Amino acid sequence: MGKITNEELLAKINAKFGDQLTVVGEPFGLLTLETTRENISGILSWLKTEPSLQFIYLTDLTGIHYPENAGKEIGVIYHLHSLVNNVRIRIKVFLDEKDIHIPTATTLWDGANWMERETYDFFGVLFDGHPDLRRILNVDDMTAFPMRKEFPLEDPNRVDKKDYFFGR
Amino acid sequence: MIHLMSDIELVGAPAGVEGAGFFATSLDKAVGIARANSLWPLPFATSCCGIEFMATMSPHYDLARFGAERLSFSPRQADLLMVMGTISKKMGPVLRQVYLQMAEPRWVLAMGACASSGGIFDTYSVLQGIDEIIPVDVYIPGCPPRPEAVIDGFMQIQELVKTETLRRRDTPEYQKLLASYGIL
Repeated sequence: MGKITNEELLAKINAKFGDQLTVVGEPFGLLTLETTRENISGILSWLKTEPSLQFIYLTDLTGIHYPENAGKEIGVIYHLHSLVNNVRIRIKVFLDEKDIHIPTATTLWDGANWMERETYDFFGVLFDGHPDLRRILNVDDMTAFPMRKEFPLEDPNRVDKKDYFFGR
Repeated sequence: MIHLMSDIELVGAPAGVEGAGFFATSLDKAVGIARANSLWPLPFATSCCGIEFMATMSPHYDLARFGAERLSFSPRQADLLMVMGTISKKMGPVLRQVYLQMAEPRWVLAMGACASSGGIFDTYSVLQGIDEIIPVDVYIPGCPPRPEAVIDGFMQIQELVKTETLRRRDTPEYQKLLASYGIL
């Protein structure tokens, strides 16, 4: 158990930010909040620097794609860990597919650098202010963002699984 | 009767004309036998097939019996490129570079499902068979193949090496094959 309960944590956040955040839930005891890209920088910065919280460790930064959520297709998800208080928090930001810009977190954590490059590589999220936003895992000349749902899972160059080999 | 000689089998003489004090055969056959029994493989091992290859090299299976105990870790001195394991698309140019650095004559062996066809990794990041980027002489099926299969594949390569004419690499067919891969 952490030194701070989720209720205390939420009360502190609400006192500071109030209407800027909505609570998504507490799956597996992990407090999950949602906010907008206008507010995310301020919230992350405060969570890291607030002396009573000290979320100094960015555990993970990743993306998700919900093509059916019009206007909120692409999600960016931050997992923070307060090593001092032994408590974690998750913050989600959803973006419009046509305008996938979000402020970078590299100003707060240097570790966000590669995570944001990976999120850009797979989902095409553009992190404004990132020092070196280019592909990290896929080949440099790839033109698609392979974790998006419209990208076919199987490689079109594959020949040995064609239907005519199986009498179909 | 006690055999003082060991039971190691030597490579037999090729077909030729024999007489008192002389033996004549074609240069192709003599060179082929020499090459086939001293192939220097370059192990390009990226995953579990590489582990099976280690077993194949170990004394129990002993690839050295076939004259291949000298692994070459420089493509410049290798005759046989053994590609063992999943080749991701990002690794593709590296593999191709290694192939280009090898001197002729060179042979390529694709070991296992991944190197041959992409295997279970039918996905955006994995090359669907190394024959998309370099020509392959022998494919070994299996996931991973057993060392016996690797030895069988290696012996198929030996058979190719033995029977290949010295001038095959200058033929229009071979040039056309390389050109189809964009290799000059």
